Amino acid sequence: MITIQACLDGILLGVLFALIAYGMALQWGVMNIINIAQGDLVILGGYIAYFMYLYGIHPAWGVIISPIIMYFVGIGIYKLVINKVVDRDLFISILATFGISILFMQLMNFAFGADVVLANSGYGTTFLFDNNVVLPNSKIFSATVSILFAICLVIYMKKSKLGRAIRATAQNSRAAKILGVDTEKVYAATFGINAALCGVAGALISITFTIHPYMGLPYTIRSFMIVIVAGLGNLPGVALSGMGLGVFEEFADYILGTEFRIGSVFLLLVLILVYRRFKLSRKREYLK
Amino acid sequence: MNKNILLYIGILVFGLAAPFVFPAFKVQLSILCVLIVLATTWNIQGGEMGYNTFGNILFYGLGMYLCASVQVGMFFPLAEWTESGGEKTFVHTPSQFFQGMAAGLVVAAVVPTIVAGLIGYAILGLRGHYFAICTLGLGVAAGEISGGIEIIGAGQGFTTPPFPNVGGLEARGEFFYFLSFAVLVLTFITVRAIYSTRFKLILNAIRDNEDKAEAMGIETMKYKIIGWMVSAFFCGLAGGIMGGLVGYIDSTDVAFDGREMGVFMVLMAILGGKGTLWGPIIGATLFHIFKEGFWTFFLGWQYVALGVLIVVIVIYFPEGIMGWLREKYPERFGEVIDEADRKAQVELK
Repeated sequence: MITIQACLDGILLGVLFALIAYGMALQWGVMNIINIAQGDLVILGGYIAYFMYLYGIHPAWGVIISPIIMYFVGIGIYKLVINKVVDRDLFISILATFGISILFMQLMNFAFGADVVLANSGYGTTFLFDNNVVLPNSKIFSATVSILFAICLVIYMKKSKLGRAIRATAQNSRAAKILGVDTEKVYAATFGINAALCGVAGALISITFTIHPYMGLPYTIRSFMIVIVAGLGNLPGVALSGMGLGVFEEFADYILGTEFRIGSVFLLLVLILVYRRFKLSRKREYLK
Repeated sequence: MNKNILLYIGILVFGLAAPFVFPAFKVQLSILCVLIVLATTWNIQGGEMGYNTFGNILFYGLGMYLCASVQVGMFFPLAEWTESGGEKTFVHTPSQFFQGMAAGLVVAAVVPTIVAGLIGYAILGLRGHYFAICTLGLGVAAGEISGGIEIIGAGQGFTTPPFPNVGGLEARGEFFYFLSFAVLVLTFITVRAIYSTRFKLILNAIRDNEDKAEAMGIETMKYKIIGWMVSAFFCGLAGGIMGGLVGYIDSTDVAFDGREMGVFMVLMAILGGKGTLWGPIIGATLFHIFKEGFWTFFLGWQYVALGVLIVVIVIYFPEGIMGWLREKYPERFGEVIDEADRKAQVELK
């Protein structure tokens, strides 16, 4: 029974991770930057939903409000910092976003306090298999909403003009520029969409789990891990590896204990990278 | 050359006299020495080899825990010491303290070196940002895992043995200062010696184009691992000293502090100018002064300032102070400029 419980928990959690990882893959593919502040954007989105809850609005509305606010936050970050590092060395973008991450972490710590908080949605729980498996309805809600958002975004990227411009820029930014795509605008929009996705995920996390100003980095690492396992531009892969990671985490939680949960995530990242390094080195290739 | 020797002697004399001239800043000066060691050794990877690591913090934290554990475990049961209040029941005699410290520092230097060799074999084949993120993961994982191990204090931390009172003489500050200064001098001599050999050229070849270096017949893997082991040796020593200096080890806030110390060492090297011998030293000194000033006057806002500082340095001064000086006065760095060639290059842009 505990196996089924862990699997279901993990899958519902993994859908959320996949949503964050989708944003990561988007900006990585289009702008070729790795955003260490990804997790902090998630937490900031979570705090928006939490504050709506504090002021008496049902936190589920955060799923709508938080991405709108986060879109503009993302555009702001892009205009201030990211547009100066887009074409430079990758390590510069990693360090610059690391700086943003520390900045956000501390500002959130000042603004919202260092307490672990959650927004209570009051959705109740579902019992399955003779009450042996307990699923909070908020988890089911969050998984459904993230799948909906992901589908909407995929359709948007396929059909809309901006989506086509983003995909063209990802393929070849120079050629796209020649053909009249304003790549600067595309980059800004990409970063904004990524931040908005983080906002949705954050709002859902604040309903389902807990948020804390310092919890950002694990979300960054998780999404990075999902993207490298799935590969850039492989959406079903992102969804599957996200769920896989969720299940792995739940099992690590049960077997090793909660205090090793985050540690095991980071170790898994190292193990995956080492595995890929040895696999590729047999063919004398390396991760690019 | 003559000028250089005078400069070194001047710095050495200043270093030896510093704790007596500025008695109030003994601890700060010791921390400065440790920071310089960390920045200089980071520079071997990040500056010379082109492998930007966030993982040197792993060796620093490992050295810290190992030194303290050996120092305690040689004479007393470690598990009882790390229980709450346990450090008050046992007291090191002066000879026990110094013997323990010496043995601890040896272990703290040797074990991280071996660990660096093993981990290096596994992950130094990764390139670019994969290596950076992988080492970031290693540092954080080490912090999270060591925070769950009961025998080294788990979440509540590990109090290192207090400095013994030798005949009513309070010499704690001097002891740690001279220890860290000695390690600093040792690091400087080693790094300087390394940089004057073929080894540095190989590291630079790896940085500039690893595939070509390999095609030229250089066993890049071997040199990358050796370079990382040198870094780990000194990082471990620095960590061991820092543990004794701070007096208290916490898994994520002191030892494996990837968010703070792990970024500091990168930042200091970049601020001073990576890929130069003096850059990390200047960078660390400036950074330490700036940091202490900020920490004192803007208490509470220091991390906000740190975040802004990282972004500003990385975006506007990626070449650092030495890089800027090099751009401005290339003759001083022994570079000959062909004006016609330079102009031609400018026109090409």
